[in-house]
Amino acid sequence: MSGPKTLLDRLWAAHAIHTRADGAALLWVDRHLVHEGSHHAFRKLGERGLGVAEPALTTAVVDHYAPTRARMDGGASDDIRRMIATLEKNAERHGIRCFGLRDARQGIVHVIGPEQGLTLPGCVIVCGDSHTSTHGAFGAFAFGIGATEVAHVLATQTVWQVKPKAMRIRFEGALGPGVGAKDMALGWIAQLGADGARGHAIEYAGPTVAALSMEGRMTLCNLSIEGGARLGMIAPDTVTFDYLKGRPFAPQDTGWERAVESWRALRSDEGASFDREVTIDASGIAPVVTWGTSPEDALPITSTVPDPAALTESKAAAVRDALDYMGLAPGRPLDGTPVDRVFIGSCTNARIEDLRAAAAVMAGRRAKVPGLVSPGSMMVKAQAEQEGLDRVFTEAGLQWVGAGCSMCVGMNGDLVAPGERCASTTNRNFRGRQGPGARTHLMSPAMVAAAAVTGTLTDVRPLLKGRI
Amino acid sequence: MAGWSQHKGLGVALSREGIDTDQLIPARFMSAPRSEGYGRFLLHDLRRTGETPDPEFPLNRPAAEGASVLVAARNFGGGSSREAAVYALVDAGFRVVIAPSFGDIFAGNAVNNGLLPALVSEADGARLLAALAEPTEVSVDLESCRIQVRDIEARFEIEPVRRTKLIKGWDDIDLTQAHADQIAAFRAKLAETRPWVFPDAEA
Ligand code: SF4
Repeated sequence: MSGPKTLLDRLWAAHAIHTRADGAALLWVDRHLVHEGSHHAFRKLGERGLGVAEPALTTAVVDHYAPTRARMDGGASDDIRRMIATLEKNAERHGIRCFGLRDARQGIVHVIGPEQGLTLPGCVIVCGDSHTSTHGAFGAFAFGIGATEVAHVLATQTVWQVKPKAMRIRFEGALGPGVGAKDMALGWIAQLGADGARGHAIEYAGPTVAALSMEGRMTLCNLSIEGGARLGMIAPDTVTFDYLKGRPFAPQDTGWERAVESWRALRSDEGASFDREVTIDASGIAPVVTWGTSPEDALPITSTVPDPAALTESKAAAVRDALDYMGLAPGRPLDGTPVDRVFIGSCTNARIEDLRAAAAVMAGRRAKVPGLVSPGSMMVKAQAEQEGLDRVFTEAGLQWVGAGCSMCVGMNGDLVAPGERCASTTNRNFRGRQGPGARTHLMSPAMVAAAAVTGTLTDVRPLLKGRI
Repeated sequence: MAGWSQHKGLGVALSREGIDTDQLIPARFMSAPRSEGYGRFLLHDLRRTGETPDPEFPLNRPAAEGASVLVAARNFGGGSSREAAVYALVDAGFRVVIAPSFGDIFAGNAVNNGLLPALVSEADGARLLAALAEPTEVSVDLESCRIQVRDIEARFEIEPVRRTKLIKGWDDIDLTQAHADQIAAFRAKLAETRPWVFPDAEA
């Protein structure tokens, strides 16, 4: 292929081992991450008597079922203990490095990959988890796969894929204070829909994206899947290289210099063509919250709950359903809606910068509702404690616990009670996601902190006056 | 897995938009071994009020007993990569899901388990939902990509790669093993082209 290339073209060409006439390509996988949910895949492997092709390129971590309290008891139930033990056994049997509950490197799979320098630009990265798109923030081609594919990758270190269409979302203009990557992401998903980017690989670009930290970029790429995209990515730059330099699994010394040199070529050429382009003015973005049961049900905190009466019948039914589940009255301002609890955690927003943003709002204030703060990894936890952020949260009255997926998905028993309304930094406000009958509102860490100290959904910006 | 090209079975309609994978199977059931069957988890919380089955829910109605074709609304199977969502459908007896849009990972997982995710236009989706107000027989032809319900005919789309896979019942691991030499050659070159792929220090 000649002519200007996209980042997608470059990553694709570097990994395609074989392309079939029908368009399916066999891609080499540089990094495979597995967690407790991989039990189906390991069983498939066992049934066929196959081994793991590249244990050194595979990393296992306990996260989905990880207990966040009383960790050394091993879990809240026999089921949970069994899930964790099964992963550890499978990892040991196949010689895969495994970050278990006693490992200082344990954390959510999409937090620990970058943190350990396992996630590198130019890699194809897969994991049996949809938010694998997070790793695209480093200029990697990273996507979630199902159990059959996990078994395939374990056995062959390759994956069959049809090349996704290329889409570019450009953000232009400076973000206002108290507004960040989470608001950018929920903003575009509300605009295009939860299936708006279906079949596409998104490249995020533009000055607003370039100005984001790695943490912000990861949040943005993480949520790509909530807009239906196969994956999201950002061309690596100095911000990327500075983040990775010296990380344990990143190349060292002369290897590092050579790697950076090759990574600089990982970008879209001037004039490269995309199947779809969207441009968004970031200066107009206000802090966003979700009101319904899909991430596309997102609005600026300054708006009112949608009114089905003002919509066409086909849209109205879905909105009515969602409001009924969420227990919200149509037409009322979102600001001021009382919440029952808050959760700060998940692969979307539990990195150090997220905790700092929440702490900036909470410092010296009391939470009016109970809540949980679960750092994305034990390394993030240690760093936060060094900075005294844990005390900000505990003095406000929130619980400071260990790392894991926790209340993002509730598999470890950290649940929101039926009917309770939770302001959450997570990525899915699906029905029952945080527990049967739980009502989830997605928002940024700063907005969750604002909800904690006021006991309602509220605009964080006034609370930040004189603080940032 | 056995391939197939035609299917005729009872169709049931689920008109709610955005049936995500957390609805298809709530997370708390995912630690169960597959051998116990996942059919009983299908849409578990959506079809119940508390623990009581909702008799009005389309899949709970006696007329829907034995359904194998599900006609759904926009954005079916969005969300998590959990293949268990597909296991729940397959173990409950479904062979085909028809919708105007699908979660991408869900659709791939479906094909890996012999379940057809048939993509139809919004208009055809609405017509089919209406036609299945009462559960009715549906015919699906993978060769011609056609769906027939009484006198209503609709075309569906599916990536050619996925269609072939369903028809032939291909298993990817078998296919890939035929390329073992190419994979080995690719791997050997990596040491020159991207040496950093293999982490040297065990941190
Ligand atoms: S934190 Fe939530 S979204 Fe992220 S990997 Fe865990 S369960 Fe999935």
